[in-house]
Amino acid sequence: MDALIGQLPVGLSIGAVLLLAALGLNFTFGQMGVINMAHGELIMIGAYTAYVLHAWIGLNPAYSLLIALPTAFAVTGTLGWLLELGLIRHFYGRPLDTLLLTFGIGMILQQAARDTFGAPNVDVPAPAWLTGGLTLTDNIRIHYSRLFILALAILCVVAIAYHLNRSRAGRQMRAVIHNRDLAATTGINTRKVDATTFFIGSGLAGIAGVALTLIGPTGPTLGTNYIVDAFLVVVIGGLGQLRGTILAALALGLLNATVEAWADASLAKLIVFAAIVAFLQARPQGLLTVKTRALT
Amino acid sequence: MAPTPPGPRTTAIAATLALALAATTACAPGDPAGVTDDTVTVGMLHSLSGTMAISEVTVRDAVELAIDEINADGGVLGRQIEPVIEDGASDEATFADRANKLLNDDNAVTVFGGWTSASRKAMLPVFERNNGLLWYPVQYEGLESSPNIVYTGATTNQQIIPALDYLREQGHTSLYLVGSDYVFPRTANQIITAYADAHDMEIIAEEYTPLGHTEYSTITNDIARTEPDAVFNTLNGDSNVSFFQQLRSAGVTPDDSPVLSVSVAEEEIEGIGPDNIAGHLTAWNYYQTTETDTNTGFVQAFTDTYGADRVTSDPMQSAYNAVHLWKAAVEEADSFEVDDVRAALDGTTIDAPEGTITIDGDTQHVIKTARIGQITDTGLIDEIWASPEPITPDPYLTGYDWAADLTG
Repeated sequence: MDALIGQLPVGLSIGAVLLLAALGLNFTFGQMGVINMAHGELIMIGAYTAYVLHAWIGLNPAYSLLIALPTAFAVTGTLGWLLELGLIRHFYGRPLDTLLLTFGIGMILQQAARDTFGAPNVDVPAPAWLTGGLTLTDNIRIHYSRLFILALAILCVVAIAYHLNRSRAGRQMRAVIHNRDLAATTGINTRKVDATTFFIGSGLAGIAGVALTLIGPTGPTLGTNYIVDAFLVVVIGGLGQLRGTILAALALGLLNATVEAWADASLAKLIVFAAIVAFLQARPQGLLTVKTRALT
Repeated sequence: MAPTPPGPRTTAIAATLALALAATTACAPGDPAGVTDDTVTVGMLHSLSGTMAISEVTVRDAVELAIDEINADGGVLGRQIEPVIEDGASDEATFADRANKLLNDDNAVTVFGGWTSASRKAMLPVFERNNGLLWYPVQYEGLESSPNIVYTGATTNQQIIPALDYLREQGHTSLYLVGSDYVFPRTANQIITAYADAHDMEIIAEEYTPLGHTEYSTITNDIARTEPDAVFNTLNGDSNVSFFQQLRSAGVTPDDSPVLSVSVAEEEIEGIGPDNIAGHLTAWNYYQTTETDTNTGFVQAFTDTYGADRVTSDPMQSAYNAVHLWKAAVEEADSFEVDDVRAALDGTTIDAPEGTITIDGDTQHVIKTARIGQITDTGLIDEIWASPEPITPDPYLTGYDWAADLTG
């Protein structure tokens, strides 16, 4: 039992990582319906932003991570915005073409990273105040880096919720998701809303990338490690549902951690995937759905 | 382009071609195709794209360096080596296909290539069917000895067993095993478990994670809780980065439970972060810091050619040795013919960066010294222990009683 309680913080932290990786997709895929296979590469670029700030510009590791977070948001957000403007918007309504297009973009970005930074992983040192952890009992240990990611995920969620519910731009975004044509007739510039949504979604990928440097390898293929999980979280949560995404990420994290407590990681992954398949059979629309009067 | 009557340039090209053809046919009787009066064709087959490219490109660089050195020194039997480079693309089927092309279309007299055991297993039947000769440069799980492959990396009794001997000497009797889920770690852990049973050592846990796994909190917390004397790490690739980062977060230091890795070399340390892994141990046969005269020259030549920021590692060195061993065997045989070269393999010896190494003709593996290293905070590895003498390869572990059940 104690061992199971020990897995609770582990599960929460896995969930927080999944949530961070999926938050951006919740916008571009969940809200706009764009299957952006290059989302993983945006995460990767966020991670390299942290590397560049530390290794090329020479910021002190003690605070370069904190500077990297907004910088990465701006860098990947802008990149995503440019992608939407230059390429993706021409493919709206053609999901298969979008999938192939963004997959190709992802490969180009991966190779660009390989040519710029080299194929081997690079080292992004964690700030000293994030190494180590708390030992509560023999079984319960919490790593500072995990706490930081959890806090970051909560911060992002609060900011997004505030934006969606309180700000004018956020309310417009929701209006467009619920009924694009009706929103357009009320005078909302849906093109502008699409561009903003893509900017925010891509920027969140950058933040996730910076956070992931704390717990994993920083290399050209970093994004591919997380892209499948991120899509799963959004699909399980229900498209366009922030609450659904949060619930799905935490549920997957906890499930993973509990199964891993008695089976090894290989088997745990298999069991979790099987559970997902069963869940989607029973509830293909995901945990939560958008209630809408649109004729779709 | 419209057809034009042959001008002087076309004629010149035709003449050159004819001469070249004449040269090919004019080679000494008995020389295999692929050998001319002044060139010899060899194949190089590594993954230059895909997930394994990160490792295999470094090996290709080392092989090219060796070929350039030999060519500058007059070549092999008076012939300049002409490599044909193919891309295995991290895919077994491609490896088999390209190997076939190198042997049959390019007439390569020998091939340097492979990294993963899967790629070697895929190429093996191709080389056996065509009676080719493959030089395989990476330490592996043993239990193989093909007459058409020369294994220049370590087999298990030259890496894993000496590592266990070392841990036991240090009084580390409880081990925690963690590895990636595929053939090498599973075979390695079978050997480790059998060794532990026979030597009163305790295996606390045996954990596998999928290749590319990044969530190690459960395992690192378990290591912190169970406090094993040492961790035996057979994780491969990127997973090592997550593992060592999270192990450090869990508060496990090299003093508490040193991690001994068999797949982490100089090349990987930069990506893991020297801070995260300094003080932990590795088992190989060569380090960039290995003190031999040949190694000083090798490291110098390598950094001169590829840049001062590049490091040398065990698989790279084994690949580099393969070319020099092949040259020595060819000169001993005075022939490029595979059967002649094979007959000359036994006892072929060179002064390699890792020290003097010799081919054992029975197994076609290399007799070499095992070395335990400790990772420094500058990202290099310092040797802290070496086997008293070079170890004769024993891929089937026939010389170890406790291993009888493993190999049947």
